[in-house]
Amino acid sequence: MVPAEDLDEESLAWLRRLGAVDGERQAAERELHARLVRIALAEVRRRSASTPVTGQELDDVAHQAADDAMLAILAKLGGFRGESRFITWAYRFVILEVSSKLGRHYWRNPPVALDAGQWELLPDRLGIDPQRHAELAGVLAEVRRVVEQELTAHQRRVFVAIVVDGIPLDALAARLDLGRNAVYKVIFDARRKIRRALVTNGYLEEPGMERQ
Amino acid sequence: MSELDRLERFLRTDPRDVGCDEAMAVLHVYVDLAANGGDPAGRYPGVAAHLAACGPCGEDFTGLLLAVTTDDPGE
Repeated sequence: MVPAEDLDEESLAWLRRLGAVDGERQAAERELHARLVRIALAEVRRRSASTPVTGQELDDVAHQAADDAMLAILAKLGGFRGESRFITWAYRFVILEVSSKLGRHYWRNPPVALDAGQWELLPDRLGIDPQRHAELAGVLAEVRRVVEQELTAHQRRVFVAIVVDGIPLDALAARLDLGRNAVYKVIFDARRKIRRALVTNGYLEEPGMERQ
Repeated sequence: MSELDRLERFLRTDPRDVGCDEAMAVLHVYVDLAANGGDPAGRYPGVAAHLAACGPCGEDFTGLLLAVTTDDPGE
């Protein structure tokens, strides 16, 4: 339990109301849920350009995220340590739920299949100017060689899905039944391994870099 | 930034990067500091390194910051 003197007034009021009995608690829960729904709707709309989920399904994701966040908040209320305002702590649940649910819903209408391996799109994925693609063909071919020959099968699959095919990390995590952190770690290690190979083979220089 | 710089920057990893789990565990604290003019990157350099490198966690940071700074309970 957080000492009351360590909390701001608004956070204290939320904790008091959510810990009350009957009517006051129900009113607080209704108010908090309404705020979670509003935040979730705003968040899915903000992310709408980067997800294939659209229309009513997007609104459904928001409502499901708010419902699940509400359950998590009530279940974990005793774990609130007052390190932030209560409402920031609570909104974190709904933002993370939106991310997770958009990742799962991605596969209902995926714009690209898992393991598609669209290597021709890699320069665009990396934001490389189309006019300079030819200039970087050598180093990009080396990236592909390293991915295909030096990464483990798991690293290769994850790297190709996320970096080459542009599948959102949360969507891949949902598909492979992994946590976000586990997928990120694979990409982190793959980036390090590829960079090291490019340096070893003279394509990049330490600490800056220049072409061979 | 040259195109090669862009590729190098993508491949570069920051040893301070704490990863998704640790960053998300303190996201609310980090966001409150950012929303109130504090120095979240100074207090949590490993989280700042992670948010700069991880697209999904960066999106969660942006979303939560927007939520707490633009939400109007009276709406």
